[in-house]
Amino acid sequence: MLAFLLRRLVSLIVTVWLASIVVFAVLQLVPGDPALLMLGVNAQPDTLAALRGQMGLDQPILTRYLQWAGALARGDLGVSLTYARPVAELVVERLAVTLPLALLSLVISTALALPLGLLAAARRGRGGDWAVLGFSQLGVSMPSFWIAILLILLFSLTLHWFPAGGFPGWGGGIGPALHALLLPALALALPEAAILARVTRTAVLDTLAEDHIRTARAKGVGRAAVLLRHALPNALIPVATVLGLQISFLVAGAVVVENVFTLPGLGRLLYQAIGQRDLIVVQGVVVLLALFVVVVNALVDIACALADPRPKGLSS
Amino acid sequence: MRRRLPLSLHLGAALTLLLVAMALLSLLWTPYPAEQVRVIARLKPPSAAHWLGTDHFGRDVLSMIMVGARNSLAVGAAAVGLGLLGGVPLGLLAAALGRWGDEVVARLGDLVFAFPAVLTAILLTAVLGAGAVNVVLALALFNAAVLARVTRGAALAVWRRPFVGAALALGRGPLSATLVHVLPNIAGIVVVQATVLFAVAIVNEAALSYLGLGIQPPSPSWGRMLGDAQTYLFTAPLQAVFPGVAIALSVMGLTMLGDGLRDWLDPRHRSSGVM
Amino acid sequence: MSTAKQRFTLAAAAATFASLALAATSLTATAQPRTDLVVGMALEPPHLDPTAGAAGAIKEVTYANLFEPLLRVDADGKLIPGLAERWTVSDDGLTYRFTLRPNAKFHDGTAADSADVKFTLDRARAADSVNAQKAYFAPISKIETPDPQTVVVTLSRPDGLFLFHMASGDAAIVAPESAATNKQKPVGTGPFRFDRWVAGDRVVLDRNPDYDGVKPKLDRVTFRFISDPAAQVAALKAGDIDAFTLFSTYEALPEFRNDPKFTVTVGSTEGETILSTNNARKPFDDVRVRRAMAHAIDRKTLIDGVLYGNGVAIGSHFPPHREGYVDLTGLYPYDPAKAKALLAEAGYPNGFDTTLRLPPPPYARRGGELVAAMLAEVGIRAKIEPVEWAAWLEKTFKGKDYDLTMIAHTEPLDIDIYARPDYYFNYKSERFNALNDELNRTQDPAKRNALYGEEQKVLAEDAVNGFLFMLPSVTVQKAGLTGMWVNRPIQANDVTGVSWK
Repeated sequence: MLAFLLRRLVSLIVTVWLASIVVFAVLQLVPGDPALLMLGVNAQPDTLAALRGQMGLDQPILTRYLQWAGALARGDLGVSLTYARPVAELVVERLAVTLPLALLSLVISTALALPLGLLAAARRGRGGDWAVLGFSQLGVSMPSFWIAILLILLFSLTLHWFPAGGFPGWGGGIGPALHALLLPALALALPEAAILARVTRTAVLDTLAEDHIRTARAKGVGRAAVLLRHALPNALIPVATVLGLQISFLVAGAVVVENVFTLPGLGRLLYQAIGQRDLIVVQGVVVLLALFVVVVNALVDIACALADPRPKGLSS
Repeated sequence: MRRRLPLSLHLGAALTLLLVAMALLSLLWTPYPAEQVRVIARLKPPSAAHWLGTDHFGRDVLSMIMVGARNSLAVGAAAVGLGLLGGVPLGLLAAALGRWGDEVVARLGDLVFAFPAVLTAILLTAVLGAGAVNVVLALALFNAAVLARVTRGAALAVWRRPFVGAALALGRGPLSATLVHVLPNIAGIVVVQATVLFAVAIVNEAALSYLGLGIQPPSPSWGRMLGDAQTYLFTAPLQAVFPGVAIALSVMGLTMLGDGLRDWLDPRHRSSGVM
Repeated sequence: MSTAKQRFTLAAAAATFASLALAATSLTATAQPRTDLVVGMALEPPHLDPTAGAAGAIKEVTYANLFEPLLRVDADGKLIPGLAERWTVSDDGLTYRFTLRPNAKFHDGTAADSADVKFTLDRARAADSVNAQKAYFAPISKIETPDPQTVVVTLSRPDGLFLFHMASGDAAIVAPESAATNKQKPVGTGPFRFDRWVAGDRVVLDRNPDYDGVKPKLDRVTFRFISDPAAQVAALKAGDIDAFTLFSTYEALPEFRNDPKFTVTVGSTEGETILSTNNARKPFDDVRVRRAMAHAIDRKTLIDGVLYGNGVAIGSHFPPHREGYVDLTGLYPYDPAKAKALLAEAGYPNGFDTTLRLPPPPYARRGGELVAAMLAEVGIRAKIEPVEWAAWLEKTFKGKDYDLTMIAHTEPLDIDIYARPDYYFNYKSERFNALNDELNRTQDPAKRNALYGEEQKVLAEDAVNGFLFMLPSVTVQKAGLTGMWVNRPIQANDVTGVSWK
């Protein structure tokens, strides 16, 4: 087990390191000069050179990579070219939007999915089951950005219950901030819930078929009790696994949904930084995201290995 | 014994056929030329003349959706086709080589998966420029990684089965064993996965076109139609509905087709809907 | 049926109540005018130092509000006092003497005197300057500060636009103590001071109690950044925003015009929107091809389709609201048949393939799509290539590697760009250059205007670019708000004169 963990850790570090090289290399190929973008059409050659010097872009590529990666290894993400602020500060500021958004959508999706999955399993083959499967099929098929647009159409423009976009910041109190996050979280949560409901249903049905459950049933334990006390806890493992595997989709979804709602989150920061050729921000955020995804994947792997005695249990 | 075809297979195949039929029909006929601009007739609600109304330049939305189906299918097919071409041989190779070859393929996969597909595509279009071809490349990269992983896993399982060992003992080389024994046995799994990836590709293309990075005008794209419609949500709310319905129905058709195929090929496996 | 009716009555009652409440608030409003203002903008500034960036949004937040240059440009485009209360120009046009306001202070309490002005100008023209308009400061040869209130600037050559340049945001006066941190914590001499910046959402300014000039009526100004059109409209309707400037969701304007709660103004900007054409590249090096394109573009439909009619067509590179303008919009009337004939004459009876590169603003993306459709009608098949600003600047503007692109040139009086030797149009005309040289030598306003007219005619005859329309300055504001700028003679949201009735 220890050897497995060690190997996983090494491969994790290697992956993130490779990711840092790939991102850095790719960004060198992106056309566009950050200095020119900052100073516009009337910028003079000497001004551009001065600004490039300030930005550290006059150094050779290898030097720049080593400087950046070295600082990164020490936990220093550098200073944004556009905003002239430390990237770490920007990231923390934007995480204050993205993290609550992601958590809120996780809460909503599990809160929807678990009862629906249970209901479907309990009513297997009957109306409730079909309804849940139908909802799930629909949810999987609707892209989150379209759900976002529909939610804006209904709740913002027609009913005026929620703002159509923007974020007032946490300074104005928790109420308005959550108010602004609810629709985007819902847009992210619905496709997620659709998948999770199906996984829950399958997992509960699987456990219901297992021997100890049959025994419990035979001993006269009630159906509801069996579902809640036995089937559900056992079903949580595959549900959590799938949740972990979906994290990367959640990250991608957040990039798009934050753009639909113009939320100042990490995804929007990244999207804008690409447009602004703020290479330092793009590099930093992408490596952080990659690290996050890789760590979550590793945790899922490890959890699976712990739950499953066979070493390569779920790696396919 | 004959197995009953699952319902999802029927529904999925029907929806997918509808999509393909619409795309093919658009080659021969659309109510109006999809690119025909008539500013005076813009943002009209659905009517007898324009069943789904007109967009902000007065183009016929139904015609655009029909041609958009063709574009979605083309991008999806190219992204999945390239993914198959790249991913399946890699996965087979990894399974056949074992050890370090396997490790290299697995790590490459990790690297690709470290970046969400949409993010990879956004970065790639920043380098190569926006457009359908570059979106296809980005999505194909992601698909190849997924298919390599799936192929490898399935192929490893086949390699462990006794008849492959027997074939090797009888003097078959690894290449020929792969082609004769492994490939036919994993084809089903790969086809199922490819179907699901097709659906994912359609969604991702729509998302990228929504951001303005995918299929470019004048060629219509469902995603870009939604992006445009968002600007006009107040004046023409329905324009934000139709292209989305088209996306959802296509994705639904393809995922149901995939699920149905999986259930049909392997009835013990109940679909969990994990993409 | 009955429930529907009930609902209706309820709604009617609610409406009555709401209008009563509204009347009540407007009553209290008359008694006590509001003193805060929320201004909506589409783009967020990357930072807040106007002397170190070209982004329009920086100046839209800071100009005249936070930072003051020596002079200011007012709503009509005239020069008015800024940090300098008076100025004189010597007869040879080489010596400028500025007298500063005696009690001017920076927001951190330090005095704003001649040393700060000298520091600012020296910083902008230094070797390591990162001023986006460094050329504005190039004519300066000497800066003297005989006393704390007086600055004497000597030029090496006469520059008719020097005072205008010194009134731009790029020439905002900054202090040595705070210059390095202005990007995040701007410290100026203006009537408002920086309060806070909620990244991605808003910048808040409050009244500078120590301001020595005319005090503004407002005590708090918030700039909110909303890029999404639907969210812009929703925020205005919900009353979250009092005024939205450079509003570009034109299709929503009829609704606001019909609503007595709002006032819509449509003014002018300096943005000539053109179909920039690479005059050095085949087939655009042939004037017949360029004229064919001019005939192929229906400006009226374009203005209707992109701006919903809120724009003025142009026939050359000059804004109609300026003196010296000549109306040349009739030179190439919309005539696809003529366009095809010209193309055939130039050797392209079947048209040709080309690319049209489009930067991000909606006028370009939407306008470009429409222009491409119009060009396709006469056989010019333009492939659309959307690019981000960074790539546009690098490849199109600097690299001059393009066929066609669509862009608004927003700088005031910039017709001289056609005389620049390596400008991205790749246009070379002895006639135009001669006119431009003469213009530079001419001081008399009437003669200058005549020369401007000649220049416009040359550009139109050569059909250098597709001259399309002027970008409008649309402001949607709540009724009762006065003092917002209608026109945009300069990039600014000067709210120092804004008040509520």
